[in-house]
Amino acid sequence: MTPELGLFAMILALLLAVYQTVAGLLGPWRGHTRLTEAVIPAAITQFLMLAVAFACLVWSFVHNDFSVRMVAAHSNSALPVYYRVAASWGNHEGSMLFWILVLSAWTVAVALLSRSLPRSFASRVLGVLGFISVGSLLFSLVTSNPFLRLQPAPPDGIDLNPLLQDFGLTVHPPMLYLGYVGFSVAFAFACAAMIEGRVDQAWARWARPWTTVAWMFLTVGIALGSWWAYYELGWGGWWAWDPSENSILMPWLLGTALIHSLAVTDKRGLFKSWTLLMAIMSFSFCLLATFMVRSGLLTSVHSFAADPGRGVFVLVFLALVIGGALSLYTWRAPLLRSQAGFDLTSRESFLLFNNILLVIATAVVFGGTIAPLLVDALGLGTISVGAPYFNPTFLVPMLPLLALVSLGLFAHWKRGGLSGSQRKIFGTLALALVLGVAMMLGVYGDRSVLGPLGVMLGLWIVLSSLSDPIDRLRRRLSLPPAVVGMTLAHVGLGVMVVGITTMESRMLEQDVALRPGEQAQLGEYTFRFDGVREAEGPNYDALQATVVVTRDGKPVGTMQPERRAYWVSQQSLAEAARDVSWRRDLLVTLGESLGGESWSLRLQVRPLMRWVWLGAALMALGGLVATLDKRYRKAVAVAREAAATPAAATARAATKIAVQKS
Amino acid sequence: MTPNRRKRLYLVLGIVAGVAIAGGLALQAFRNNVTFFFDPTQVVAGEVAEGKRFRLGGMVKAGSVQRTSGSLETRFVVTDFKHDVSVRFDKVLPDLFKENSGVVAHGRIDAAGVFVADEVLAKHDENYMPPEVTRSLKRGESRLGMDEPSASTQSAQP
Repeated sequence: MTPELGLFAMILALLLAVYQTVAGLLGPWRGHTRLTEAVIPAAITQFLMLAVAFACLVWSFVHNDFSVRMVAAHSNSALPVYYRVAASWGNHEGSMLFWILVLSAWTVAVALLSRSLPRSFASRVLGVLGFISVGSLLFSLVTSNPFLRLQPAPPDGIDLNPLLQDFGLTVHPPMLYLGYVGFSVAFAFACAAMIEGRVDQAWARWARPWTTVAWMFLTVGIALGSWWAYYELGWGGWWAWDPSENSILMPWLLGTALIHSLAVTDKRGLFKSWTLLMAIMSFSFCLLATFMVRSGLLTSVHSFAADPGRGVFVLVFLALVIGGALSLYTWRAPLLRSQAGFDLTSRESFLLFNNILLVIATAVVFGGTIAPLLVDALGLGTISVGAPYFNPTFLVPMLPLLALVSLGLFAHWKRGGLSGSQRKIFGTLALALVLGVAMMLGVYGDRSVLGPLGVMLGLWIVLSSLSDPIDRLRRRLSLPPAVVGMTLAHVGLGVMVVGITTMESRMLEQDVALRPGEQAQLGEYTFRFDGVREAEGPNYDALQATVVVTRDGKPVGTMQPERRAYWVSQQSLAEAARDVSWRRDLLVTLGESLGGESWSLRLQVRPLMRWVWLGAALMALGGLVATLDKRYRKAVAVAREAAATPAAATARAATKIAVQKS
Repeated sequence: MTPNRRKRLYLVLGIVAGVAIAGGLALQAFRNNVTFFFDPTQVVAGEVAEGKRFRLGGMVKAGSVQRTSGSLETRFVVTDFKHDVSVRFDKVLPDLFKENSGVVAHGRIDAAGVFVADEVLAKHDENYMPPEVTRSLKRGESRLGMDEPSASTQSAQP
């Protein structure tokens, strides 16, 4: 009964989404205030329905209802209960339902927190979000119903892919989806603004916090995914330029561009049409990513064609959303001319370069991701495009981007010339140069060009980001959350650049065959293999190796990599052992028995690996802090006052002034 | 030209030049760093340019995996059930590598006609098959004029 209840709730949600779309868009257009008023309750009820539907799916997984196809295909009664819950979004159908639930949650958040927006505008935003919801719900119901039954029900399930049996899976997709779907809010804001034909600074101020929060979730989601691949796949890969990774990176790059472009629209009222375009493109890439990865288009054209229904549906929906938004854009964008000018070395210019370089970076990634598909579609063979293409090409826009970050931070709005900042620019640059060279030469003995250059750029970004807040503190000026957030995010970027460059240029890796008692040397670390013994986990048997690590004869730690055999799926999986510090990560992975007591092991020393995750965490934290800034809430308050009666507004304004004075 | 116009001109020229350089470099990198995929039948037919790095995909032939005791060197045979290619590899094999299951190896053919792999992937989709291998096997079936999927590809379905 429960799965049917879930399906029923989904259908009700679809009907409510249709209402939300029609009333949200028609209401303000035709001036039907009654229609408009019911949009928010419809959005909230829709969320409740979707929550019921998703709860039903989770219930089916938790209670091992193997008559449900999804449960039979992706779960097993021996699976621990927390992984059974996570399994409900560890498959195509379940994750689609989860995606829609997240979309609905964002919609409700907009509905409740945007009471201060002009009513017709808010209604249009909800209408656009409703349209996306209708499309995804139809997709889910028509082509990938998670509640399909199996007749007869199998006695037990096939089990969750062991790679997915991990804490990473539990948190990575929800974060990623919160980010992906979050960009729908910026998209809806852009569409609503284009329908009304008005984009101003107030609009940018409304859209900014939503975009930043979505970007924050996307950052966390990507970092978690990378972290998960790094420790769960066990072989030390943290970024493989895999199609599914690229498809998340593209909306992140565009989203980053959008955040910076929105800042200019907010502060200076410029870049209006460009901001709209970025809002459309970043969400379009989110949609593209979700559907491409989910429908298998990117991993293989074949599996896509295997379900033509899904493919055609996706294409039509994408064409409607992206095509519709872009036509609206071509129609409306000419209206949005910006009047003000700016100098070539003003902050506006640097933010423009930032956007252009980020878009080029996106294009580079897009080209490499889509090329195999094109080549294949033209019948020219099956190709793969990997790190040898992406690594050097991605650096082409990235190096100038990183170099310009610091200059942009010192530039003034409107006014060029970087006047008054030259000393700081050269000071931070010289310090970064000295520190970078000292670090790479002194600590790692690196004589290459790219390593020290990357570290220097990273350090320069860190130093110049800190310059403004330090200046403010010294002059006893206030330090608003917007500045703190921006600083944190840019410091995070710098830290990440230092981490990635050092790690990639100085990492050591070696595959060895060792007998018990033998040892191998890697860099300054000695790894002694002490043999393998049997162990047992909740749903697997394991072989556990013991490796004792020493450095200059002093003990560092004992590492115990495992090789697990999962009972149900009979899959064998290596679980790497890590020894982690701020200086380096040590990774030992157990391979297989090579005969004659000897085992294969992979040893890795990855300097500053932690810095990569720390950088991502700082970026996300920066995003969060920046949204707490009073400016956004003040904008809301002002709009609210405008909506209230003049008398009340005056009274409130008077109180506010009084409060500010005291 | 007014100063404003000139400034805009410089900006546009700069952007165009930047995009052109980036595009050119990307194409160059692309041309040099793309690896093609071949199945054993194509390799045996000599479709691979000599000394070129490529990806070899197929099934690990049952009973073909040989180890030199106590060392990392492994030899195995990749097959598409019509032709075989011998492979040599001297690193740790991936978790999902086993006989009778799909595999993709990166490397080159050496003078002796053995494929020397520098990377072996047993990565797969949720149906436990690398997509290219599934396709290559399907293609092989249509070459043989078989309508029904063989046991090997059927095992790839859940």
